[in-house]
Amino acid sequence: MHVPDGFLDSKTIVATTTLSLVGVTAAWRQTKTHIQPQRIPLLGVAAAFVFAAQMLNFPVAGGTSGHLMGAVLATVLLGTGPAIIVMTSVLVVQCFLFADGGVLALGANIFNMAIVGSVSGSVLYHTIHRLVSGERGRMIAVAVASWCSVVLASLCCAGELAWSGTAPRQTVFPAMAGIHALIGVGEALITCMVVAAIRQARPELLASTSDDVRVPGHGTVVAYGVVIALGLVLFVSPFASEWPDGLEMIAASLGFDQKAIQYPLAPALIHEYQFPWIGSSVLATVLGGIIGVGTVFFFFYVLSRLLKSKT
Amino acid sequence: MRHSFLDRYSRLTSPIHRIDATAKLISLIILLIILVTTPVAFHVTFVGASIILLVVAFVSRIPFMFLLRRMLFLELFIVGVAILSLLQPNGFAVFIGVVARSTLCILAVVLFSNTTPFSELLELLRRWRVPVLLITLLALMYRYLFVLVDELERMQRARTSRTFTGNRPMLWHSLATVVSQLFVRSTERAERIFAAMSARGW
Repeated sequence: MHVPDGFLDSKTIVATTTLSLVGVTAAWRQTKTHIQPQRIPLLGVAAAFVFAAQMLNFPVAGGTSGHLMGAVLATVLLGTGPAIIVMTSVLVVQCFLFADGGVLALGANIFNMAIVGSVSGSVLYHTIHRLVSGERGRMIAVAVASWCSVVLASLCCAGELAWSGTAPRQTVFPAMAGIHALIGVGEALITCMVVAAIRQARPELLASTSDDVRVPGHGTVVAYGVVIALGLVLFVSPFASEWPDGLEMIAASLGFDQKAIQYPLAPALIHEYQFPWIGSSVLATVLGGIIGVGTVFFFFYVLSRLLKSKT
Repeated sequence: MRHSFLDRYSRLTSPIHRIDATAKLISLIILLIILVTTPVAFHVTFVGASIILLVVAFVSRIPFMFLLRRMLFLELFIVGVAILSLLQPNGFAVFIGVVARSTLCILAVVLFSNTTPFSELLELLRRWRVPVLLITLLALMYRYLFVLVDELERMQRARTSRTFTGNRPMLWHSLATVVSQLFVRSTERAERIFAAMSARGW
């Protein structure tokens, strides 16, 4: 999933670099203020560990092989902010020492694998672990978070390639998502087994990190949220309208869509993410996406405030 | 230390190796920006860039076979992704453009990484006011990369010499064991490093 130089055009490079700078700065501030001094060497060695672990290939269907991304593993073992820093260091070293991933494309790679991978993985892991408690819950949470983080990162990567005009979106999205849905299964399996094995061998490593994972400040949460939301809006949402929503497709094939129009439950505020008064459909979709993401973001922010004040 | 493959030739002596790292990094970035932003139709830029890079490669005394092997290895990934661009109207032109551009960019980065030691790059970052803690982290990572990759290979060798048949569940299980062992050993190593650092007045 490492994007080389030459695949992204200037607007994508500028956008991804800016988003990554904001995201990594937020992660750095969070890490710097909360970290205990004895964990600083651990971050450096953990980065070397992720690098080494990424060298191990596992078989994927049809004779091909994939390798671990490690974002969720790093999140579970170290916490979200440190995981972003560790993944970023890995990508920087891979880029400058191995020419694995481009120098100008470094921002894009950091955004996809370090920021989207770690933050989405962490949110899913903690949410699911809270819902399903116990060791089984942890395993389910790790598996789902690993799979989703890989697929989400690959979708962002596909979006950047399509936005740059390098690859047609009708093929790049299904291709990237398809391949990484398979690789994600491998990632989920390995991450689960590794977390289980570490729990057996040195349970205090997991325990100590879970104490260490404090609720990040509002500034950090807002920064991560805005960076990821903007990235999804820019790279992925312009292409969302091309594909019929799964539910819509089922509805259409069963003939529900005709009925649904007759009995609207609530008048849709933004119909199909399109604004009638804006000519360009791409612009309209992006704008619709921004408003949609903003609404969802506001909803979760209020929800988190409410939940936090209760406990 | 067996892992000389990382940036094996970065400590040779040649006119290119002697150039200041700042100058090299800035010219690398300028070259990459030019390569990425020029339209494919401007053949002159690409021919010019390849001539410059070939001259640099020749002067730097990096073995030609090493460069070729490195480039062929990286080329696989480029072509793998670029193939997707063939599936659009006028796809062949896009494909050729992307492959030519990426190949030149990668050659430039490979030449840079094999003529500039990583420690000089870190020194440069320090001068550019990157947080010191972040540089410490990168330096530690670079130092222990070799150690951990060595350790990984030892564990892999030990495993292959003890398992005679490999079926899938076993393969997954041993992979997971290797990774988790590596992490446990890494944390123990980090604890020792911290003790050593504190003892020396860090």
